[in-house]
Amino acid sequence: MDVVIVDYGAGNLRSVARAVAHAGVEAKVSARPEDVVGAKALIVPGVGAAEDTMSNLRNAGLVEPILEYIASDRPFLGVCMGQQALFDYSEEGGRHDCLGVLPGKITRFPSGMTVPHMGWNTVRMRVEHPVFEGVPDDSFFYFVHSYHPAPSDDSVVLGETDYDGVTFPSVVGRGNVIATQFHPEKSSRWGLQLYANFLRLAKERGSIAPEGVGAR
Amino acid sequence: MLTRRIIPCFDVDQGRVVKGVSFVELRDAGDPVELAAQYDSQGADELVFLDITASSDARTSVYDMIRSTADQVFIPLTVGGGVRTPQDVRLMLESGADKVSINTAAIQRPELIEEGAKGFGSQCIVVAVDAKRVGPEKWEVFIHGGRTPTGIDAVQWAREATERGAGELLVTSMDTDGHQDGYDLGLLRAISDSVEVPIIASGGAGTPEHLYDAFTEGGADAVLAASIFHFGKYDIPTLKQYLADRGIPIRPVETGTETPVS
Repeated sequence: MDVVIVDYGAGNLRSVARAVAHAGVEAKVSARPEDVVGAKALIVPGVGAAEDTMSNLRNAGLVEPILEYIASDRPFLGVCMGQQALFDYSEEGGRHDCLGVLPGKITRFPSGMTVPHMGWNTVRMRVEHPVFEGVPDDSFFYFVHSYHPAPSDDSVVLGETDYDGVTFPSVVGRGNVIATQFHPEKSSRWGLQLYANFLRLAKERGSIAPEGVGAR
Repeated sequence: MLTRRIIPCFDVDQGRVVKGVSFVELRDAGDPVELAAQYDSQGADELVFLDITASSDARTSVYDMIRSTADQVFIPLTVGGGVRTPQDVRLMLESGADKVSINTAAIQRPELIEEGAKGFGSQCIVVAVDAKRVGPEKWEVFIHGGRTPTGIDAVQWAREATERGAGELLVTSMDTDGHQDGYDLGLLRAISDSVEVPIIASGGAGTPEHLYDAFTEGGADAVLAASIFHFGKYDIPTLKQYLADRGIPIRPVETGTETPVS
């Protein structure tokens, strides 16, 4: 199975590759557009700022291949900045256009809060999602971020997290796309379970979507 | 709800953990991988490795150590000690560190914080502040492992470090460090009230109550501790249970392992 981790210089690239390797799958870490387009499962990692992430993706010629891949309805996992990049735009450091795969924007936590939101927090799933199979609701995952998604279509919110009075989407997606604000590759047992589930579903049925939705 | 973090800290010399641990059953107490895995299974929320390797020839050993640890342990790893340049930061991160802690070099050349934050993201730049009480509500920053006074006010410096892009502060009181009499709560409170980023309390933990005080009175988001673990007085599940019982939000210790892909 061609599992491709998109290499555009993201800082957590290797951690993601390690988590995939831990699941017993050898991923191809690649910056080549043809690898992205030809993948059977695609993972986009990311940390840092939205502007840098988008300009790195553009400079590497990866925006079109990623969009083409997602349009073809194959399993996609976005992590942290790889998740934020899916939305229409980010307000981090001015307005920066992103991939526009999911409707809405990325916005900052209100001032006065301790930011970044850093540490272990729980995720409350809104839907039963195959990628979360075997993961108890309200399990803990590791977060580190100052911005979070604000989707304009509520149906893309798959899971939520509460931080200091703010409830924000921590798992988003649609069909074969799933993306987390937290870092599963740094979330010990349950994070590794997500990678294992994602890879198993991609391998066994070529789809991570809930049954009957976008599966083929 | 975001939970408060408990972070064991290890001193590393030439790729081996030298400040030992007595409560876990280890074949080799100096092996960072085995140690990290044990602490992960015990519920440690993150791990900090402080590289104290004196010889510059042997300094590269820390990169191999990070690499092998990160291959097998999937919680955040912070590495500090001897970080001088953006290239040092890059090498640490590429080896598998999630965060890099900068101390002396940040005081000597504060632009390093900006360069690190711009190049790799604020989330991975931890500025370590070693402070010594010099007045009733006044603390001075020391560098070179606490040997050199700087004349710089610790609260002022904490604020500047975050303005320059530090994503987290590791605040160590030199007065309380090693004494196991509790953290310097005044120092923690003064800094936690002055900055928006999370702060890690360090120096002085001897009892579970000390951790509780750091979170409540000190306003810390995380506690770093070494002796309390290394001398086998308390283990993490015991500490976490104590804190949870007293109403501190804590991530419970997980048991078991994930199920494989196929």
